Amino acid sequence: MASNQQVKLLGVKGSPFVARAEIALKLKGVQYEFIHESLSNKSDLLLKNNPVHKKVPVLLHNDKPVCESLVIVEYIDEAWTGSTILPSDPYHRAQARFWSKFVDDKVFPAVFKAATNPNEKEREQGGEELRESLKILENELKGKFFNGDSIGLVDIAALFIAFWLPIIQEAVGLDLYNSEKYPKLDKWGQEIMNHHVVKEVLPDRDPLLAFFKGRFRSNTPSK
Amino acid sequence: MAGEVVLLDTWASMFGMRVRIALAEKGVKYEYKEENVKNKSPLLLQMNPIHKKVPVLIHNGKPICESAIIVQYIDEVWKDKSPLLPSDPYERAQARFWVDFIDKKVYETWRRMWLSKGEEHETAKKELLDIFKLLEGTLGDKPFYGGDSFGFLDVGLIPFSSWFYTFETYGHFKMEAECPKLMAWVKRCVQSKESVSKTLPDEKKVYEHIVALEKATTGA
Repeated sequence: MASNQQVKLLGVKGSPFVARAEIALKLKGVQYEFIHESLSNKSDLLLKNNPVHKKVPVLLHNDKPVCESLVIVEYIDEAWTGSTILPSDPYHRAQARFWSKFVDDKVFPAVFKAATNPNEKEREQGGEELRESLKILENELKGKFFNGDSIGLVDIAALFIAFWLPIIQEAVGLDLYNSEKYPKLDKWGQEIMNHHVVKEVLPDRDPLLAFFKGRFRSNTPSK
Repeated sequence: MAGEVVLLDTWASMFGMRVRIALAEKGVKYEYKEENVKNKSPLLLQMNPIHKKVPVLIHNGKPICESAIIVQYIDEVWKDKSPLLPSDPYERAQARFWVDFIDKKVYETWRRMWLSKGEEHETAKKELLDIFKLLEGTLGDKPFYGGDSFGFLDVGLIPFSSWFYTFETYGHFKMEAECPKLMAWVKRCVQSKESVSKTLPDEKKVYEHIVALEKATTGA
């Protein structure tokens, strides 16, 4: 691709969704400008380019916006040549899309329910849902990464489990996800967090822990 | 690309309709199996153990689940006829964004309108209309969402038109008055695409089905 491409990423450094876009850009060796947004004071640039959801990340490629993290990652995979983030075979591509959607539709909501719902019964229900989703992913993981020997769409989507979930657990006093119950996921988590591109993108742990402690209510640990 | 194609579906599912339309666009022969959601077949539970939902496409014995994912799969496998996703990556991203938007918003908002009364019902009704107006705005002056040809977003949205009579009757509004350009697009799809006219069920039948479902659910 020509060097006069202008690529900007609107985001916040602690967001797992923004991290997905950054990892994809770096895997492709794309130069980009990171524009720090304030979620409590959204810029005109953000509101203009994502009027529907008003959320980060937003990718601006020559000023044209792409929104929604998984849509952005697929776009980056198609717009730039280089290491392939999605598999080339249609069936495996469908599987990759299915599992990354599973993370968004099942894992995230369960975590937030378990960690933040003011009702104790709801939190327990969230914990159950999370345990079930993690068990499914644990069974699904067959190799070093969900994508095989190299990281792909599902790994990028599921990074939330490896890095953010333990921090959220520590912040609110939960222990639903650990290495004893999910040894394969735990091993995968170590591998992916050690990946040279992922390492560059992951935010610092301590400020994130402080952020989650402040944002989420503390509750008694679940079994 | 030859091979055995089976579709597990229910006749009124707008998500299943997406798959049927895509298969028809590509001229793919398949076996249709109607599921009973109150008594799910062993095949469905085996092929979609995670969500236990329809539609499920089974191609050469291998399952593909989630309608938007299935339609993209169909487009990629049977790529020599009637392309559904545009060829330009940016346009593809836009189509995917809007199908994702439909999936996040439409059904959930309809359900809230359907199952609530009073102020909550009115709020959901306004939200549902805002969603369709936004989608109508996205169409602009193009004949189809895909531009000159019927594409992924057209496939993604058109099945909901068979539920418009249901939405209108429960919500006490008329789509023709609220979204005339969208209704013109619906008419265009139905009149020019056999895949659409042959797939969409009768909207009054859909309404009767929902009324019966509501009685069964609420005992009303």
